[in-house]
Amino acid sequence: MRALRSPGVLMLAVLLAAWLALTAPAATAEVAVPVLKARVTDLTGTLSAQQRDELEALLAGFEAKKGSQIAVLLLPSTRPEEIEQYAIRVFDQWKVGRKGVDDGLLLVVAKDDRRLRIEVGYGLEGVIPDSVARRVIDETITPRFRANDFAGGVRAGAEQLMRLIEGEKLPPPQSRPAQGGTSNLDSMFEWLVPLFAFVVVGGGILKAVLGRLPGALAVGVVAGLAGWLMVSLGAAALFALVGFILTFVNTGGGRRGGGGWSSGGGGWSSGGSSSSWGGGGGSSGGGGASGSW
Amino acid sequence: MRKLLLALAALTLSGCGYNDFQRLDEGVTAAWSEVLNNYQRRADLIPNLVATVQGAADFEKSTLVELTNARASVGAIKATPELVNDPEAFARFQAAQTQMTSALSRLLAVAENYPQLTATKEFGELRAELAGAENRIAVARGRYIKAVQEYNILARSFPTNLTAMLFGYKTKANFTVENEKAIAAPPKVDFSKPAAK
Repeated sequence: MRALRSPGVLMLAVLLAAWLALTAPAATAEVAVPVLKARVTDLTGTLSAQQRDELEALLAGFEAKKGSQIAVLLLPSTRPEEIEQYAIRVFDQWKVGRKGVDDGLLLVVAKDDRRLRIEVGYGLEGVIPDSVARRVIDETITPRFRANDFAGGVRAGAEQLMRLIEGEKLPPPQSRPAQGGTSNLDSMFEWLVPLFAFVVVGGGILKAVLGRLPGALAVGVVAGLAGWLMVSLGAAALFALVGFILTFVNTGGGRRGGGGWSSGGGGWSSGGSSSSWGGGGGSSGGGGASGSW
Repeated sequence: MRKLLLALAALTLSGCGYNDFQRLDEGVTAAWSEVLNNYQRRADLIPNLVATVQGAADFEKSTLVELTNARASVGAIKATPELVNDPEAFARFQAAQTQMTSALSRLLAVAENYPQLTATKEFGELRAELAGAENRIAVARGRYIKAVQEYNILARSFPTNLTAMLFGYKTKANFTVENEKAIAAPPKVDFSKPAAK
């Protein structure tokens, strides 16, 4: 409690609160990014079920053949955001395209705004530069949209984009690797091996120099500090405890017993459900073009 | 023993968040490179744009001169990764780029008075590339702002601010926020409709 009363901490808390209050409202009024379930997401009810399934099958076939992911989103409006800002948010969240290859493509149509955008992943910027994306919009898609043929416009646009991507050399398609960032848990496991190495070698020496209990304590302190340094406070406590106990229990001059402590292949991947389609981890830097009809 | 304790104390101070600083610092540098990259992309389009526009009969000279000057003043600033650690240089850089943005949008607005120019394929492509460059800048700036935010929070909040103090990590310069909404929206370079301004 005393720490809370110190002016420095209070100031910091106030600053942080003010900062949060300043940044938070910007995020509230925007149109939410829909959950990605399929390649074609139609929130406007423009496409018939059959048209949607056909387009879905077309894009799925292309992904199986070429590896590139193409996603289509039809929604009523992106207001108050510009379609450019909205499209990049959708792309960032959906992660269309393969990780590292970044060969994703996103077509967003805001029907009531009469705006559309092709968002191009990094890896396709060479084969679909902005001016080409613009031409697909102006010459292929919008003429059909003006004639109220939305399904035809989207399909023709997708087909032309696929033909363009055909010309690009991309890595062949393969089963999508499971995604999953390194969590705290992962990085803790990463450090387990060096920890054991230290406990075994350093622990033996420290015990010989300082005696059993002080040596074990010293190992615990050092292991805890290392855990704090490398991972987090929680890991520090755990590391310290493990280091202390292991050194204390470990008898003899630092020879390690046959304890089979392997950190195992750590299969901590967050394999998504296979029933619905998902982005492969691709990213975009805002390339592409927008248009209106 | 005393030396050991001192070393341990130093470790305690440096410990909390040291690796986070390295990770986020690298993130800021990468985001900044992306910003510079995209500003460069825009600057590279300008000679072509000027040449194309000059081809049009009696195109208004003052806007062209303004754009060329803006390009020159942007080129005069050394755009290095170190800019993020120097608030003054950062502000100069930002001012020069803002000047360029306004010169560009003025030129494009004026171009609207020359239908025989805007109808050409060349101009259409340049306009699309320019719109793309502006959008990439907006995206890169947004990502940079987020990266710096993350870094600065780490540098200023407890207990990692102690680490920052010990190693002399300063908060990084960010784009000014008053008009961020306006900046984040890419300037309109869409001339399928009559210009509003």
